[in-house]
Amino acid sequence: MNEVTTVLLVGVGGQGTILAGDVLARAAAAEGYDVKLSEVHGMSQRGGSVDTTVRFGPHVYAPIVEAGAVDHLVAFETIEAARWTHYLKPGGTLLVNDREIHPLPVLTGAMAAPQALKTALDYEGATFIDAEAVACEVAGPKSANLVLMGALSVSLPFSEDTWRSVIEGRVPPKTVDANLAAFARGRAAVGG
Amino acid sequence: MKRVLLSGNEAIARGAWEAGASFGVGYPGTPSTEVLETFARFEAVRAEWAPNEKVALEVAAGVSLGGVRVLATMKHVGMNVAADPLMTLAYTGVTGGLVILVADDPGMHSSQNEQDSRNWGPFAKVPILEPSDSEEAYRFVCDAFDLSERFDTPVIVRSTVRVSHAKGLVEVGERRQHDVQPYTKRVGKWVMMPGMAKVRRVEVDKRTAALTEWAETTDLTREEPGAPDAAFGVVTAGVSYQYVREVLPDVPVLKLAASWPLPPERLAAFAEKCGRVAVVEELDPYLRTNLLAMGLPVMPEDVGHIGELEPSRVRAAFGLPALPVRQRFDDLPPRPPMLCPGCPHRGVFAALHDMEAIVTGDIGCYTLSALAPLAAMDTCVDMGASLGMGYGLHKTGSTADRPIVQVIGDSTFAHSGLTGLLHEVYNTGHATIVVLDNRTTAMTGHQGNPVSGVTLHGEGAPEIDLEAVCRALGASNVVTVNPNNLKRTAKTLAEEVERSGVSVIIARAPCVLLERRTDTNTFAVQPDACTCCDMCVQLGCPAIAKDPRTLKAVIDPALCIACTHCVQVCRYGAIKPAGAACDLPEVRS
Repeated sequence: MNEVTTVLLVGVGGQGTILAGDVLARAAAAEGYDVKLSEVHGMSQRGGSVDTTVRFGPHVYAPIVEAGAVDHLVAFETIEAARWTHYLKPGGTLLVNDREIHPLPVLTGAMAAPQALKTALDYEGATFIDAEAVACEVAGPKSANLVLMGALSVSLPFSEDTWRSVIEGRVPPKTVDANLAAFARGRAAVGG
Repeated sequence: MKRVLLSGNEAIARGAWEAGASFGVGYPGTPSTEVLETFARFEAVRAEWAPNEKVALEVAAGVSLGGVRVLATMKHVGMNVAADPLMTLAYTGVTGGLVILVADDPGMHSSQNEQDSRNWGPFAKVPILEPSDSEEAYRFVCDAFDLSERFDTPVIVRSTVRVSHAKGLVEVGERRQHDVQPYTKRVGKWVMMPGMAKVRRVEVDKRTAALTEWAETTDLTREEPGAPDAAFGVVTAGVSYQYVREVLPDVPVLKLAASWPLPPERLAAFAEKCGRVAVVEELDPYLRTNLLAMGLPVMPEDVGHIGELEPSRVRAAFGLPALPVRQRFDDLPPRPPMLCPGCPHRGVFAALHDMEAIVTGDIGCYTLSALAPLAAMDTCVDMGASLGMGYGLHKTGSTADRPIVQVIGDSTFAHSGLTGLLHEVYNTGHATIVVLDNRTTAMTGHQGNPVSGVTLHGEGAPEIDLEAVCRALGASNVVTVNPNNLKRTAKTLAEEVERSGVSVIIARAPCVLLERRTDTNTFAVQPDACTCCDMCVQLGCPAIAKDPRTLKAVIDPALCIACTHCVQVCRYGAIKPAGAACDLPEVRS
């Protein structure tokens, strides 16, 4: 049996999903897994919905998956969490950054913001984490992506040392300590 | 040997470099852009952005003529622009290996169509290799250079979004030195006048026969055995292979490395062994049509031909049960991409919206202004079409009650706008053209271009003087505005649409993402002064929201970059610097 784990990172262009996905994929590779990552660049990055798929296991074929195939969904934003929840497997984990960013149709009043989204996501089994707030305790709001990776890391079979050495190699040198602290806070936030 | 995590685009660049290519040239376009950006970072190479793909391929042909291995890169629609040299380079062949990377965008994540580049194979009679992931992208590109020189032909490597923008582990090697082959004059090979071309045309078919023999035996194409009781086999290529393996782990698979030329004997032998064959491919029924034409027993099961392939479509085509799926959330607001806070394009499109202009648009970030609330663009077809289409529409006279404004970005203007302008001048048209000069090729990730004066290696280059170019091409009036000054921009547009002749407005202000701002000013709406008129909200700035309870505007300080666009449209003076009551920053005209 080829056990492949699929993680889906979703959010809004500019939230740092691309770096988070890159760190996750490199951590999987450092642990000796085969890994594939898929993301979409270009037009959608201008504040649009973005998604990154990371898959690891003994051998990975497809770089993307269909609805119902994701083990771990990490949503950097609540509306995007709702948009992608049906991608989760029945027993999949749902980690949600407690932050709602309104898309343009809501900002301009053309559409209403979804109501009671958190309650609905709660019903889907979401674990909420205020990643920006946690990040601001030890770094800045931009490290929210590593807070979320820290929280995710508790559910993945990689050693904390692996994560830390990958992060050290991928973030700007001046921000290594802050980002490592953000990652550690993310782990702690979900009891890791 | 070491295994590294590379995107397909990085792997393609690495493969070209290891194969000894020392020149790369292309035009940026999603999902191909990072190939050349990666290639430029290797040692002992020259990499260049060309004004467009046609020039890129012609430069590549010249490099090949000089005996140097060269990589040309472009997105699928870019190949249309490069088609003219491509179709004849198929006749001339090469000296140094010439590989063309073309990246398709099934599903149109960032493109205006989803044409299938495999069709260039039979059309141009040029071999096409189709990698299925980063590892193969690396290997196929290495082999493509050998193939190019061995068979004296350009070779196309066709990628797709899920190869180019997917990362995987690649075992990389070392660069192999490729000796430059000295230039020799060979008129029969390189001067494609009818007399010589007729001779080369025959050579092309001989080459196709030789390439077909290669395709019959190459180990880049592989057959994977299935379970002994498998009822059918699958023929596939490219990323579709990965979805086949994911969903149908037990079927025998013939995975083709080259989608042109196809290996008829290999296909027939596989079909005979399997009894029946199914075809799994993304976009056009290209393999299906070819296999049917070969008289092979092709099964009717079909994954469809519109949009991006994914595992569920393979599952559905073969009657496998769908995965259990949770209920979807209904009625979520869509999240379309949008112009950034402080984007200088906003000033131009706000004015065009207000004057109810018919806007023939073009390709770039500014195409986003077609979406609400600006909704200020009527057309977007291809690079440079804003000019020709605006001109043609004006000639019909059917829009006499509204001004027509042709809007094009700086890089797009250099790519394909100059000839459109020439047409309008030559045919004594009346036209209002806006060149949005934000000093970069923004949509694809801030590449330099001839207007911005920065090369791919980050060197300075002569900045093209857009005003002088437009005047030299015969524009009767050329005026420059700062689009961040909304009033001035609107006034200029109003004046120029009334002017006879061909008028060009250069709207010049750098992309907000180019410069890291040092000031931290933000603005805030004074609720008492806000009349809920929505003037600021209708700018479509991501930093401005309409409060659903009070209906007043609210500015998100985390997103506001103090561009003052909203301050300029507020008639009630309700938007003030947040915090200290300081003076408004002056907007230069």
